[in-house]
Amino acid sequence: MDTQVTKKKLGLKERYKLLTRDLGWETTFHSREEVFPYVHYEGIKIHDWDKWEDPFRLTMDAYWKYQAEKERKFYAIIDAHAQNNGHLNLTDAHYLTAIKIFLQAITPGEYCAHKGFARVGREFGGVGTQVACQMQSLDEVRHAQTQIHAMSNYNKFYQGFHAFSDQRDRIWYTSVARSFFDDALSSGPFEFMIAIGFSFEYVLTNLLFVPFMSGAAYNGDMATVTFGFSAQSDEARHMTLGLECIKFMLEQDPANLPIVQKWIDKWFWRGLRILALVGTMMDYMLPKRVMSWKEAFDIYGIENGGALFNDLARYGVRAPKGWGDAAAAIDHMSHQLMLGLYQWSFGTAFHGWIPSDDEMEWLSAKYPDSFDKYYRPRWEHIKKLAAAGTPFKNYGLAKLCQTCQLPCVFTEPGDPTLICHREIDYKGEKYHFCSDGCKEIFENEPEKYIQAWLPMPQLFQEPLKGDLGAWMNYVSLVDGQDNGDFDGSQDQINFDKWRGMATSNK
Amino acid sequence: MSTVFIALQANEETRAIIEAIVLDNPEAIVKREPAMVKINAPGRLVVNRETIESIVGRSFDLQEMHIHLITLSGNVDETDDSLTLTWNN
Amino acid sequence: MAVIALKEYSAVPRDLVANFNGKQLVYASWDHHLLFAAPFLFCVPPQMTFSEWVAGPLTQLIAADPDAKAVDWSSVQWLKANQPWTPNFAGSLAENGVVHKDQIRFRTPGLNSLLTVN
Repeated sequence: MDTQVTKKKLGLKERYKLLTRDLGWETTFHSREEVFPYVHYEGIKIHDWDKWEDPFRLTMDAYWKYQAEKERKFYAIIDAHAQNNGHLNLTDAHYLTAIKIFLQAITPGEYCAHKGFARVGREFGGVGTQVACQMQSLDEVRHAQTQIHAMSNYNKFYQGFHAFSDQRDRIWYTSVARSFFDDALSSGPFEFMIAIGFSFEYVLTNLLFVPFMSGAAYNGDMATVTFGFSAQSDEARHMTLGLECIKFMLEQDPANLPIVQKWIDKWFWRGLRILALVGTMMDYMLPKRVMSWKEAFDIYGIENGGALFNDLARYGVRAPKGWGDAAAAIDHMSHQLMLGLYQWSFGTAFHGWIPSDDEMEWLSAKYPDSFDKYYRPRWEHIKKLAAAGTPFKNYGLAKLCQTCQLPCVFTEPGDPTLICHREIDYKGEKYHFCSDGCKEIFENEPEKYIQAWLPMPQLFQEPLKGDLGAWMNYVSLVDGQDNGDFDGSQDQINFDKWRGMATSNK
Repeated sequence: MSTVFIALQANEETRAIIEAIVLDNPEAIVKREPAMVKINAPGRLVVNRETIESIVGRSFDLQEMHIHLITLSGNVDETDDSLTLTWNN
Repeated sequence: MAVIALKEYSAVPRDLVANFNGKQLVYASWDHHLLFAAPFLFCVPPQMTFSEWVAGPLTQLIAADPDAKAVDWSSVQWLKANQPWTPNFAGSLAENGVVHKDQIRFRTPGLNSLLTVN
C-alpha cells in the first residue's frame, strides 16, 4: 500500500510573501522616480518599502473566495427583503430620512474611496501597500454598489432616493462629505492614506457604521443591516491597513512625525464634521433609538480613540489637536445641526419633523447637561409656531464654512449660546469658518480651499442667479414631494396605508 | 490598560468563535447588541484556531472570520493558528 | 507653501464678487438668538442703504424669533468682522465699508426669550 505523501502546506506568512515578492521588481527601463513620481513631494521619507506588511496577509485567492461568499450572503438577504415587503417592516417611514442622507452623502464617498485607492495603489512604491490598496479599492466599489442596490428597493416606494448622485454633487448638506472626499482625492498618496485609511476608517467608521447598523436592526431595516454588515466585514481590514500605514510612516523616519501629526489633526477635524450628520441620525432620526450620539462617541471616540493615541504615543504622536474641542462639542453638535436641517427642510431631499414629547424626554435624559437648558426651549417654540398654523421655516440661506462646507451652526467652545465666528482675509478676499479647526486647515493650504464650491454662494451665481425654483430642478428635488414636513408627506401617507393593507384584510 | 475589542455579526457561524474567545480570554466581556456581539478585553485578546475547531468539530481557517467581522480595535497579528489584538499600553 | 503640490500652484477663488452680477454677499447674525441655526446669507446690491437692508430683508428673516418685535434698531450694538462698529443707516452698504462677504453681527442685551445666556 502506498503511503500518501502530503505536501507540506505553506504557512500564512510564506503564502503572503510569495504573493507579493515577485511583483516588486527593480525598474530598469525608467528610473524609480519616473515610475513612482508622487511618493516624495509630500515630504514623507521611506527607506525600505518591504517593512510594510499587511497583518491579515490576505492573498488574492483567499480574497476572492471570501468576497464572493459575502456577496452571496448579501444578495440572498436583499432578495428576501424585496420578496417579503421589507419596505413595510420598518418601525416608521420617517426612519428612512437617515437612509436617504446615507445614500446621498455617504455612499458616493465609498465610490470616491474606490477611485482614491485605485490611484494610490499605483502611486505607492511598495508591493504590500499596492496589493492592500488594490483590495481596498475593489472593496469600496463593492460597497458603493451594494449600498445603492440595497436602497434601490426603497426607491420603488418612497421619495428622496431617486437622484442621490445629483444631490451628492449639488445639494448643500451633502457637501460636508463631498468636500471631505474631494480634499482627500486631491491630496498626495500618503495624506490620502491618513485621510481615508486612518482617520476615516480607523477613527470614524466605527462611529458611522456600528451604531448605524445596530440602529437599522432595531428599526426593522433588513436591507441596511445587510449592506452595512457586508461592508463592515471589509472595514476591519481597512482599519488595520490604516493603522499599519501610519506605523510604517512613523517607523521609517523620525522626520515623518510632524507631517503625519499635522494630517492627523486635519483629518480628525474634517471627519468630526461629517459625524455631525451621523449624530443627527442617531439622536433624532431613528424611531427606535440604539444609543445616543454622545454614548457612541464615548465608546468609539473617547475610549477607543484614546487607546489608539496612547498606543501611538511611543512614536511621539499625540491626540489630534481638536480632541478637546470635539469632546466639549459632543453635548451640542447633533442638536445644533438638527435644528438647521429642520428649519431648512424646504431645501432637503428628506423630510423633517419636530421631535415628539417622548423623543424630547429621551434627549433630555441622554443630554442632561445641554438639552433642557439650550435646545428644548427652541423646539418648544417651533412646536408652538406649528400649532398656531405658522410653522417655522428659515428662508434665510446659511453662511457656510469654507473648509467643511457645513452651515456655520456650531457655537463657540465654552459658550453654547453664541455662534462661533471665525474669518480671515487672504489675498484680498474674506473667508469664513465654523471653528478654529476648520480655519487652521484653510490657513495651512489656502490655495486649495479658496476653490471650494460652496452650494449657497453658488446659488447666486450663474446660471441660477438666486432662483430657488431653478435650484430645485438643478438639485433634482421635487418640491412638495421629496422635501418639507414628514407629517402629511406621501411617504407618511403611503406607509400608513400600505402597512394597514399588509396587516389587515381591508 | 486600554481596551481591545472585536465585534462579530450575531449568526450561527460566530457562536463557536465567540465561545472560543470566551474560553481563551478569561477577562473578556461579551456584550450582545442587536445583530452583533462585541467582545472587549483589557490590553490583549486572542482568537485560537484550535479552540474553534474543537467546538465546531471540523477544520477551521481563521480567515473565515473575515466574513463575519464587524470591527476590531488594537494592533493585529495573524498567523495560521491565531489572531491577536493588542494595545501596547 | 500655500498648497502641498509638485510645483508652483495658484488658484482662482470661486466666489469672487465679480460672479454675483453687480451684487455682493453679506452675512448677518443675531448674537444669542439661535432659533436661526446659522448666520444668514444675503445677496444684495452694494448701493442698498443700511436702513433699507435692516428694515427689509433682515427684519423679515428674524421675524420668527419671539424677541424680533422688541428690537430697537437705534440701540442695537453692531459688530463688523467681529469688531465693534457703528453703521450709518442713511449710507449705502458700500459707503458703510460693508465689503463682499462681510459678516455683520448685532447684539440686543436683555432680549433672550429662547436662550439662557450665561
